[in-house]
Amino acid sequence: MTAVAAPDRPRAKGVAPTQGLRRPRRYGRILLYAALVAGSIPTLLPFVWLVRSALMQDSQMFVSPPEWIPAPFQWSNFSEALTTQPFDRYFVNTLVIAVISVLGTVLTCSVAAFSFSRLRWRGRDVVFALLLSGVMLPYAVTLIPTFVMWQELGALDTIAPLTVPSWFAGAGGGVFNIFLLRQFFLTIPFELDEAAYIDGASPWRVFWTIVMPLSKPAIIVVTIFTFIGTWNDFLGPLLYLQSEENYTLSLGLASFQSMYLTQWGYLMAASAAVIAPIIALFFFLQRYFIEGVTLTGIKN
Amino acid sequence: MRRLETRWGILMALPAILGFLIFTIGPMAASAFFSLTDWTIGASPSFVGLDNYTAMVGDELFWASLTTTTYYTLGSVPLVLIVSFAVAMLLNQKARGLAVWRTIFYLPTLVPAIANVVLWIWIFNPDFGLLNSLLRQGGLPASQWIYAESTAVPSLIIMSTWGFGNTMVIFLAGLQGVPRHLYEAVSIDGGGPFRRFWHVTLPMMTPTIFYNLVVGVVGTFQVFNQAYVMTEGGPNHATLFYVYYLFRKAFTESEMGYASALAWTLFMIIMVVTFLMFRNARRWVYYEMAGAR
Repeated sequence: MTAVAAPDRPRAKGVAPTQGLRRPRRYGRILLYAALVAGSIPTLLPFVWLVRSALMQDSQMFVSPPEWIPAPFQWSNFSEALTTQPFDRYFVNTLVIAVISVLGTVLTCSVAAFSFSRLRWRGRDVVFALLLSGVMLPYAVTLIPTFVMWQELGALDTIAPLTVPSWFAGAGGGVFNIFLLRQFFLTIPFELDEAAYIDGASPWRVFWTIVMPLSKPAIIVVTIFTFIGTWNDFLGPLLYLQSEENYTLSLGLASFQSMYLTQWGYLMAASAAVIAPIIALFFFLQRYFIEGVTLTGIKN
Repeated sequence: MRRLETRWGILMALPAILGFLIFTIGPMAASAFFSLTDWTIGASPSFVGLDNYTAMVGDELFWASLTTTTYYTLGSVPLVLIVSFAVAMLLNQKARGLAVWRTIFYLPTLVPAIANVVLWIWIFNPDFGLLNSLLRQGGLPASQWIYAESTAVPSLIIMSTWGFGNTMVIFLAGLQGVPRHLYEAVSIDGGGPFRRFWHVTLPMMTPTIFYNLVVGVVGTFQVFNQAYVMTEGGPNHATLFYVYYLFRKAFTESEMGYASALAWTLFMIIMVVTFLMFRNARRWVYYEMAGAR
């Protein structure tokens, strides 16, 4: 930026411009890193507390002032906590629900977003506006009738109530995904579609071979949001799943917490085990995630 | 082509349209009807007109839950907005290891709600929890946190601030959309960081701030998990959040009609609050394209 401004501006008296700039910059750097470190302490401290508690014997946990390093490392908390309840089964249940939901949401939402952004049909914008208006509806309004509906269908204690809505563009919350994908689709040049149509392609082909491959960042964002959403969901499983063998991780952990209220080592180990997979997933996808959120320009 | 487009257009939007009818419009209408009935599951609903709504006026717990929820919203939303904006500003700088920093600040948002609640019960533990341990080491008085009436909601507000990640990500996206040339203009005029922030960043970010404000308010009006798992609405109804009260009416006391009326009242409250926010927004939200549209 200085390169552009320099030619028509007189040099500052006596001081070379680079020298004038460098000092505050270095202080700025130091301040920036200080702020980042200071900010991440309260963010990370609960995690440190979780992990150290998960690896401690109860006797060490209840001392004051608190100790931060477990001695000895009580690894058995993990194995014992994870065997007192079938967390492996809960893990598989949660994963199945999450994968089915992600597939349904991504597919039906992107198809709808394609229709709302790149195909012209009468009433399109009215329909889209109507769908969008649903965003304001609190979930509490649809909660009771939806529950009654699944009950009438005899679908309680199955994964249907937790997965089927995602195949209808995620129902309720899915509108946000349609909106996000539509915003992204609008940035892809329309000439690509027109060329394909001239070659005799169908809208489905244009969607599948042109628009989708170009939309990876947006799709990754929707995938991560949906996955985290289903993985973390509590109210849904609480309402619809009854037998323990169908429990998700959240339900398992909640019942675990009411059962082992005093076994903090177990509780913390179980919590850590529930948190770990989602952090691992995010760790591998975070670059695409932040990039995608930026590109899709969620704001507005 | 026109015909083809219409056919495919409707076909491709069909799952979304059906989903809207089955999972939004249908239940909405049903819920409106239920709210006018006296109904427990198993029996058939009997029509009672507006009785459920008039009953709410005299329902102490309804008012308690509304007050608690409003208190929580007023405390949590501004705090989360300020913290997430500040962190987004930090993460918008060219720091080394930016991806790592971003992950660190987003981490709490990833924690499953129930794991989060379990973790924070332990953090709030008055005898051996993290917070009181730190306070004691600093020679400060300890607190009862979620176990005392007066500190229960403030404790949950602190806890909510920990999960500022989603708001932060949206601020970050907004910050990256602020045109560079505006900053350059301020610099050329001799303005420092403060002026850049005050005359460029803040006005250009008002739409994003507004978006996060609306989403935040609508979201905090619907808290549930903390009350259900952590405090069960206590101590002495101090954390009886609105949706938790509704849930209890519906699925514990099986008063489906009354619970539906509660749901519709919540909807109306949210609509009014949102409407007021939008009206007020005209005064402070700056849209660059306002003239063009």
